Amino acid sequence: MDKDLTAKLEAHVRGALTRSAPLRISGGGTKSFLGRAVEGEPLDVAGHRGIVNYQPTELVITARAGTPLLEINAALHERNQMLGFEPPHFGDNATLGGTIACGLSGPRRAYAGAARDFVLGMKLINGRGELLHFGGEVMKNVAGYDVSRLMTGAMGTLGVITEVSLKVLPHPASELSLVQACSIDDAITRMNLWASRPLPISATCFVGNRLYVRLSGAETAVASARRHIGGELVTDSPDFWEAMREQHHDFFAGAAPLWRLSLPPAAARVPLSGACALEWGGAQRWLRTDAAPPEVRRVAAAAGGHAVLFRGGDSDERFHPLPGALLALHRRVKQAFDPKGIFNPGRMYAEF
Amino acid sequence: MSSEGQSKAEHGYTGELAVLLTALRAILPSDSVLWEEEDLRPYECDGLSAYRRLPLIVVLPDTIDQVQAVMRLCHQRKVPVVARGAGTGLSGGALPHSQGVLLSLAKFKSIIDIDARNRTARVQPGVRNLAISQAAAPLGLYYAPDPSSQIACTIGGNVAENSGGVHCLKYGLTVHNILQLQIISADGELLTLGGAALDSPGYDFLALFTGSEGMLGIIVEVTVKLLPLPERAQVVLAAFDDVVKAGGAVGEIIAAGIIPAGLEMMDKLAIRAAEDFVHAGYPLEAEAILLCEVDGTNEEVSEHILKIHDIMQNCGAIEVRTAKDEQERALFWKGRKAAFPAVGRLAPDYYCMDGTIPRQHLPEVLRRIGELSREYDLPVANVFHAGDGNLHPLILYDANKPGELQRTEEFGGKILELCVAVGGTITGEHGVGMEKIDQMCTQFQPDELRQFHAVKDAFDPAGILNPGKAVPTLHRCAEFGAMHVHQGRVPFPELDRF
Ligand SMILES: Cc1cc2nc3c(=O)[nH]c(=O)nc-3n(C[C@H](O)[C@H](O)[C@H](O)COP(=O)(O)OP(=O)(O)OC[C@H]3O[C@@H](n4cnc5c(N)ncnc54)[C@H](O)[C@@H]3O)c2cc1C
Repeated sequence: MDKDLTAKLEAHVRGALTRSAPLRISGGGTKSFLGRAVEGEPLDVAGHRGIVNYQPTELVITARAGTPLLEINAALHERNQMLGFEPPHFGDNATLGGTIACGLSGPRRAYAGAARDFVLGMKLINGRGELLHFGGEVMKNVAGYDVSRLMTGAMGTLGVITEVSLKVLPHPASELSLVQACSIDDAITRMNLWASRPLPISATCFVGNRLYVRLSGAETAVASARRHIGGELVTDSPDFWEAMREQHHDFFAGAAPLWRLSLPPAAARVPLSGACALEWGGAQRWLRTDAAPPEVRRVAAAAGGHAVLFRGGDSDERFHPLPGALLALHRRVKQAFDPKGIFNPGRMYAEF
Repeated sequence: MSSEGQSKAEHGYTGELAVLLTALRAILPSDSVLWEEEDLRPYECDGLSAYRRLPLIVVLPDTIDQVQAVMRLCHQRKVPVVARGAGTGLSGGALPHSQGVLLSLAKFKSIIDIDARNRTARVQPGVRNLAISQAAAPLGLYYAPDPSSQIACTIGGNVAENSGGVHCLKYGLTVHNILQLQIISADGELLTLGGAALDSPGYDFLALFTGSEGMLGIIVEVTVKLLPLPERAQVVLAAFDDVVKAGGAVGEIIAAGIIPAGLEMMDKLAIRAAEDFVHAGYPLEAEAILLCEVDGTNEEVSEHILKIHDIMQNCGAIEVRTAKDEQERALFWKGRKAAFPAVGRLAPDYYCMDGTIPRQHLPEVLRRIGELSREYDLPVANVFHAGDGNLHPLILYDANKPGELQRTEEFGGKILELCVAVGGTITGEHGVGMEKIDQMCTQFQPDELRQFHAVKDAFDPAGILNPGKAVPTLHRCAEFGAMHVHQGRVPFPELDRF
């Protein structure tokens, strides 16, 4: 099934350039709900797939953008390794390219790092139809600007990602989860208190008045942290974290708009109506609220962060608006990569 | 007439100097504007002292408003601006521009705020790396990236170079440990990149800016993440009679699922030099030593130390020692952290290289460096961040011997090209600066360099920030290519040769 479609993708981009036709880049289509709708010719990257290089002792994997995340996870699992940022899939067809373009990270984010933290290098096609390679397969590389990390989370608006190299991590030797009942205020306090101690925590979540903690590491370390943190053992631990990550948990059911608030972890509970779940030690907060979008954004900004309308709602503005000077810089950088504005126009912001 | 006057006249800049001086003095207190040669001298180079140049003027602002005013003025008059932290950089990044302003951030040295609850520190760019950890220590917190120069280098310089340290294998580089930057753009605007949360809306300019070597803006404030001090840290010293065996042990430790906090290697010459200098108790008969540190909870450390001990032995170590107490641990590290100055005592000058390679190629690369060392008749000591394949070959030379510096640079260039050839990079943490500008032509294709220039233009259309550094012009590469035909292939065949 491995296939190198680089030449085809390049030709498609060049063709689109001559026709001045905007492109809607897609992988497995699992994250099309995220961001704004894009009008454009579909550019399908899913066929461009295959693991190009995997060196477990170098802690590096390189794969084509269309490679399914499931395939990557399986290959890593076989060698007792994993993606440190524990990305959400949002569907079996999720591809590596789409995951990196959306820059999404899962439960481990606050403790191991985000998608961009694990990106070591990338091949991409820019808006001049050129195939470029930045970064590489080594852990440290400061030659040239860090374009690979800039592309991560840019929602495909700067170029077509064709290949990605990621740092990978060994599976922790042992892992278990604990749960305790508490209020949201106590949850925020406890999560932040634990984070200020050297404990082997790899995930935290507050949902439905219960606070979940996952411990990962050497067996002895996990055992002693368990005594420190207390609570009951979660019997279906992997399922719980997967349900949160994939948004299959009951919290995510129903039609109320789903907001993602990214705040300083110790920020107090936000004064907005609706159910709230916390992850990442308090730094990521999910909110089911019908509050008016400007109000949600105002509250998030006042707490020192920002808000994304993740699913639902009828606002066309999905990501947090940018202040003027920063927006101008975004436009110039967009221009630098995609002078004709053909890649996913408007996917992030209406302005570019 | 002073030589200063002459050199300024040479640049045809005497008139401009007077105008600039007047304008700068209207913005800054007069003792914050330096222009006489004796005052400029301390700024003529950074840690790469082979490259020296006097700036036209040095300014030492101490408020953000002043930095903005300086930038607006320089932008309007198209005067080059080079930012400078502590000047410990090793690639000539802070080398002044002879017709420009050197903007020192030395006066920005206050720690604005430490937020214990959110575990962050907001600091000015001139704060020394180590000072942050010292200030956070009473709260049981620290700032993880620890370049060997940490007692001197500034956090602004760290961000500009994306600096690493011996602990970045586990805790990451600067880019992984910062949350927010306040920058002044080339035209004097104050911008916030990143934020107080773990991510921020829009493009990841925080990452793009990290490691951009003063080319995209002036950093005037940095918010860093702080981590809890580990309960315990312990280091194992293993000696090998063969560098290849030591390299093998590195791979085995990683394969065992352990990510050490630090994993460093030194070769025989470096061991000798360090031992003479700080008496760390290193085994002098070894061809290579590994320093492997693990940290975490008490139990975790004990468990890992046992495993590492076994691995080292199985990989053929002739001696394995665990630091018996905190004092010995500090001593083992002292030798490593002082390796550069220690090696510096072996010869009048040394030249520090900074390539990174996939670790599996270590034996081959070391063998080839040895051959080149004989070919160029220049000794090399190897010190490196073995865990992440970041090599620091230190070439020993004497700048006063005619032709030796040139031979050294050529040798260094060969090492970097070798790193690229095995799939690595010309710089792991010290940056391109002035020094590796030609090797950028080996690492990148013209289209990629053009993309870098486009990024630069987006931030600094007038090209006043650190001109001539970090990214070579295509013409420079064409010239360089004419001298060095890479792997039998002429780079940039489409460009005119001259
Ligand atoms: C003995 C020794 C050991 C070293 N060990 C290490 C190591 O282990 N790891 C490592 O990574 N490096 C190491 N270095 C290199 C050096 O210390 C780092 O690159 C450091 O980050 C430079 O900081 P500085 O304040 O001295 O910056 P400078 O040398 O003053 O400047 C470096 C670059 O940053 C730019 N810059 C500085 N401040 C700002 C600002 N506020 N805004 C915008 N641009 C700015 C400059 O223009 C220049 O391009 C070592 C150097 C020495 C001499």
